[in-house]
Amino acid sequence: MSTSKAMQQSFALRFSSGAFLAFWCLLAAFPIFWIAIMSFKSPVDAFAASPWDVITGPATRANGDGLSILDIVLGLCVLYFAVRWAFTRLPELVRHYCPPGIIALGWIFGALIYAIGFVLIFFGLLPLILGPLNGLLGPLGTPVLGLTTEHYVAVWAENEFYRNFLNSMLVTAGVVTVSLTVGTLAGYGLARSGSDLAFWLLILALIFRALPHSVLVAGYLPVFINSSEILAPIFGEGAPTLYGQPWAVIAVLVAINQPFTIWMLRSFFQNIPAELDEAARVDGCSHFQAFRRVIMPVMWPGVITTGLFSFLLGYNDFLVTSLLLDAQNQTMVPAIAGYFNRETTTTDQVEAVAAAVSITAPLFLLVMIFQRQIVSGLTAGAVKG
Amino acid sequence: MKFKTFAAFVGPSVFMMLLFIAAPLVSVLIQSFQVTQPILEQVEVETCTPGFLTQTCVTEVKTVPVLDENGATVTETRWVGLQSYQNVLQMNKVWEAVGNGSWNDIMQIDFWKALRFTLTFTLLTLPLVIGVGLAIALAVNNATRAIRGPVIFISLLPFIITPVIGALSIYWLFVGDGILTAMLERWTGTNISMFAQGWTIEILMYFFQVWHVAPFAFVIFYAGLQTVNMDTLESAVIDGASRWERLRHVIVPHLMPLIIFIALIHLMDTYRAFEVIVGFRSQAHVISLQWLTYDFMTPDDAGNRAISRASASAMLTMIGIVFLLILPLRRTWRDHKGSAH
Repeated sequence: MSTSKAMQQSFALRFSSGAFLAFWCLLAAFPIFWIAIMSFKSPVDAFAASPWDVITGPATRANGDGLSILDIVLGLCVLYFAVRWAFTRLPELVRHYCPPGIIALGWIFGALIYAIGFVLIFFGLLPLILGPLNGLLGPLGTPVLGLTTEHYVAVWAENEFYRNFLNSMLVTAGVVTVSLTVGTLAGYGLARSGSDLAFWLLILALIFRALPHSVLVAGYLPVFINSSEILAPIFGEGAPTLYGQPWAVIAVLVAINQPFTIWMLRSFFQNIPAELDEAARVDGCSHFQAFRRVIMPVMWPGVITTGLFSFLLGYNDFLVTSLLLDAQNQTMVPAIAGYFNRETTTTDQVEAVAAAVSITAPLFLLVMIFQRQIVSGLTAGAVKG
Repeated sequence: MKFKTFAAFVGPSVFMMLLFIAAPLVSVLIQSFQVTQPILEQVEVETCTPGFLTQTCVTEVKTVPVLDENGATVTETRWVGLQSYQNVLQMNKVWEAVGNGSWNDIMQIDFWKALRFTLTFTLLTLPLVIGVGLAIALAVNNATRAIRGPVIFISLLPFIITPVIGALSIYWLFVGDGILTAMLERWTGTNISMFAQGWTIEILMYFFQVWHVAPFAFVIFYAGLQTVNMDTLESAVIDGASRWERLRHVIVPHLMPLIIFIALIHLMDTYRAFEVIVGFRSQAHVISLQWLTYDFMTPDDAGNRAISRASASAMLTMIGIVFLLILPLRRTWRDHKGSAH
């Protein structure tokens, strides 16, 4: 890119802008990065006063948990090749072995196999090889960096965090599927209809979006708790109590998410030229057929982006899930509040940190894979108003 | 598109919104004028304890809840008018405090405390978010192409992270013997506890909110900067406009619709402040309106939920958001009408 001489910037300006950017990146990443480090250290190290002690972890090393130089080098190598393989060979394999119609399913399947394989090699095979090697190598094999996974084991195995994880997955999967199904239909209808009614529906949705969620939950709670009595005249004896039911929470979250979903999908559909479905209609399709055969194949980018934001809403929610689900089927984010009450010793604190990092890790992966879609989703709503 | 097809497409979505958003609103409005309580009755109970020669018997009047044939307590729902609102607002105490001219007395009442924090939190972070977002966008736009991708990746992290976890991650840096508290103590040489008084917690909360929302503003401003008309910029240079003047008179007016959009979204989302209270565990010092409603709804030690007070506070919260959004919405409305004609 060539900039004219008049537009060129002085060195001082470029330097200060670069410095500001570096400072912002540090600020943005530091808290997340730091809790990730803390979660791998013994409590003494995690809350040590000197940052260097937190990073190297002398107390953790003294307990016999640590990585030698060999561990670090080999681990990084495996990690590097695993990531490279994921970006080069994996897409080929998925495309090769997956029947063309269900490529999305193929990707989910491929990612699952890849994740299992990675965990087996990294946490199963690697320690087995490295154990005897470290013993042979002497100085290269002695631990230099304190690191322990005991808090993760405690959180996931002893405290049964995997139950919360499964509940989270159930709720978010439900929210994403239902809100996309309902939302794409509505978004398409709103984008293609120029009527006043469509405009007022969108304004109504905007007002609904502004409502604080606690206002809505105050409306659900008494009804959900007493729902078996209220619904008894309709369903008879088997009327369900909605309180504590994951599917009731899914319905609530879908509805809360609906205003946002239809706004976003509408702006994506407006980008698809109307001539496309008009052509299909001329060829004798009904509106639904045009939607299914012509629009669906080209709308995937918008649907994926909206799905990401629905996922975030379901995954990050605290208020609705903590009030409408009971302790047996609690999702991950409210479950972390359970640690607050027990957080009396520093071990409990570090376990809470490990749980927090466990919740953040999937989001980190999500940004890594879908960065472009997230950015396009954020700007889609704004730039077109 | 015929109305029938339109209705078929939009129907499921509208149905869900009516059932799960509009209907609860109506039911909250009704609940806020009602109170549901167990029916109590006074029973004369004679309790006898064995004694020498004769039993000692005491007769006393007890208040017990009425039970139905299944042994469950019978409840009754009464209309109480504005009673629940009065319980939340506590106007008599407020007028008394106003009479004394004592601001602190008003701040003792939960609702007014929550309202004060929610409003300052929303309005104070708004210019900060817009300013920081714009600054990052300009800096990224200035940077070489190769580093833009990684910078956007890092910037998205605070935005995408679960709000409770984000607040917790900052909480852990400053808690008791956290790493940054230790560093501050070393610099200043005094003993610092960030979570012992309200104002230090509030500063951390403002920081968290800007940290959490600024990336959103940044991404939108960055996209907007790509469409700035280069010819206008160059002619501004030829006319002798300095860098600052170009920013004020060319770039900011170009971004104005985006600024209003961000302000609108920010007002909606920050007014809902709730996770930040949970993450920082600040309920003893600082609370927000949503947290107040949440607190009424969580069961107390006896297992009762104060539904009617929760409904009253929810309605008051809603009135607040209406006032807050009137200005930006009126502007969008005028823009819409202006562009239509």
